[in-house]
Amino acid sequence: MTLDGQIEIDAIAAVQKAVQQHGTIRDELIPILIDVNREIGYLPAAALEEISRQLRVPKSQLFSVATFYQMLSTTPRGAHVVQFCESAPCHVEGGRKVWHTLMDALGGIKSGETTPDGKWTLVTTSCLGLCGMGPIIIVDDDIYGNVNPQQVAEILSRYA
Amino acid sequence: MKAVRSMVLVTNDPISLQRGAQAVYDCLQEEVNKFGLAGEVSLAMIGDVAREDAAPLVIVYPEAVVYGPVTPKDVPLLVEEHLYKGRIAADLQATNRELTGRVAWLSTRKGALPAEQRIVLERVGVINPEDIQDYINHDGYTALRKALTSLTPADVIAEIKKSGLKGRGGAGFPTGLKWDFVAKATGDRKYVICNADESEPGTFKDRVILEGDPHSIVEAVTLAGFAVGANEAYIYVRGEYQLAQQRLKKAIIQAHEMRFLGKGICGTCFDFDIHVHSGAGAYICGEETALIESIEGKRGEPRSRPPYPTTHGLWGKPTLVNNVETLANIPAIIRHGASWYQGFGTKSSPGTKAYTILGNVNVTGLIEVPMGITLREVISIYAKGMKNNATFKLAQTGGSSGSVVPASLQDTPMDFDSFNKVGLSLGSGALLICDESTCVVDLARVIVNFFRFESCGKCSPCRIGSQKAYEILTRISEGVGTLKDLEDLEKIAENLYQLSNCGLGQTVGTPVRDILKHFRAEVEAHIRLKVCPTGVCAMSGRWSPAK
Repeated sequence: MTLDGQIEIDAIAAVQKAVQQHGTIRDELIPILIDVNREIGYLPAAALEEISRQLRVPKSQLFSVATFYQMLSTTPRGAHVVQFCESAPCHVEGGRKVWHTLMDALGGIKSGETTPDGKWTLVTTSCLGLCGMGPIIIVDDDIYGNVNPQQVAEILSRYA
Repeated sequence: MKAVRSMVLVTNDPISLQRGAQAVYDCLQEEVNKFGLAGEVSLAMIGDVAREDAAPLVIVYPEAVVYGPVTPKDVPLLVEEHLYKGRIAADLQATNRELTGRVAWLSTRKGALPAEQRIVLERVGVINPEDIQDYINHDGYTALRKALTSLTPADVIAEIKKSGLKGRGGAGFPTGLKWDFVAKATGDRKYVICNADESEPGTFKDRVILEGDPHSIVEAVTLAGFAVGANEAYIYVRGEYQLAQQRLKKAIIQAHEMRFLGKGICGTCFDFDIHVHSGAGAYICGEETALIESIEGKRGEPRSRPPYPTTHGLWGKPTLVNNVETLANIPAIIRHGASWYQGFGTKSSPGTKAYTILGNVNVTGLIEVPMGITLREVISIYAKGMKNNATFKLAQTGGSSGSVVPASLQDTPMDFDSFNKVGLSLGSGALLICDESTCVVDLARVIVNFFRFESCGKCSPCRIGSQKAYEILTRISEGVGTLKDLEDLEKIAENLYQLSNCGLGQTVGTPVRDILKHFRAEVEAHIRLKVCPTGVCAMSGRWSPAK
């Protein structure tokens, strides 16, 4: 079984599951995309094809929607996704120094990039609504607040 | 501003000065020193508080006591009684203790901060948000029952109109009027949408309400549906707020079980249902027409208006869109009445507002106070002063879309009218407080970058304008900006305001314009002197249009 073949099988299974939960009407499109993205880690082409088939929505419209929203990704991501808020409040509360430390700690990759070993993807986000505890780092589903540069290495070391 | 125990303000408008305000101030300084309170009491002179009848006024915080008219010979007694012994000097108090447009004297709830008054946050932190019984025990669903069994939809709308409630999402549109539009619109079905997309930087008040008191929104949305003639609602919650979505879904299930949702609510013939709809990470989806597009399964691109959602909204039907905090006020207004609500805040902006406090202050967080509080009050009382005794330089009050308020305007009451009068816009109430280590060019760059990233791309002025503005600000921060760049920046800001298709583009120019208005010298230092006064900007001397 090739890796592509496995991804295709997983993609179709994830879509079936999402469609069963939400139905096939047009206003369930984004909830379905979110669920599949969550399940697989991103939206492979095979998933979009299947959704297009099930909801009877043209693929161009699907790509148009999938590429618009920040939480959806059409490219594969690393094993762990690191999100960093770059909006004004976190920035004012010391975000700049944390950001530089974070980039260095991940081997100098820039926002949107994945480390060569596929372990980390670094993403800058807009305000996450956690501003009272800025600067904020989110790794996968774990939220870290009031982060200072000295804590960055320790936070990253918690992930295999 | 350092953290102090008491703050004393003396009015210094022309009438106060004529009546000896300076002498009063000097006397206060002397007496405070005499009692050895100099380190604990801060003294400041402030502008007009619209109380000529009792000028000069002396206002003491945190108790928000108003003394007036005060003469120098009253001062020793005032200082000894109030500041030294902690007792209000009743004889010196002004008649009618309230200040127009300022924080009014309120009896404080035990444990709450002075003058804080919780309406939308009443149950947050007090009840278990996942237990409908707890909600019911705290007056939950009584407003809904009252409306369905003893009021007509027109009654409800009239009450909301009378209360003077204005939208709390940032636009400040009169809520009752909007409800009226939707109620009067023709259509075979109507919708209510609760805008819980909350993506304005610095704002998290809606998240706290949804996580802490989800039933209040369930009740409010149902009340809104009854008033405007809708039987279905969507609560559009941003994708990142997983906990809020879970709690809302649970609350809806519980409400169904107890017949507060579904068919025949409270034994009447009113049916209503609510769907929780998740966003997927797009600031623009907080704009009401973009939100509607997103629910319809499309890119969140704002529509051309008119027509407005009130007549042509979701699936082309009349749709009411309201912010979470706006809706959270509704059950209380129906329960207690419009007159009760008007007792808080100012005449033009009644009620309370939830403000988030962020930035270089000692205490960040969320408060709910009557509208009309000033920045100075927020910083010194609630935020407990600037961190490390720094100096307050500027603040943004509406998240990144808001005006930039320089220190010279920190005594302006934070209500819609007072702000408009001095050329500022209030916005969502996210108070980002910056000290003197903040570089205005760096801040402007971060703000414009946010809009550049979040621009939907549909209209050229915003798509191209935000990109160009970002490039100019980056060049200035690298020390290769020119004066022509500033001219271009101003032109772009103006174009954005005049030509953008939606509010996002229109507000990109606001922080830029305000910064150029109040801090031009600092910006020009980056250009003329190739220096960043605060030492923040890279100033590498190089820039290329990379990505």
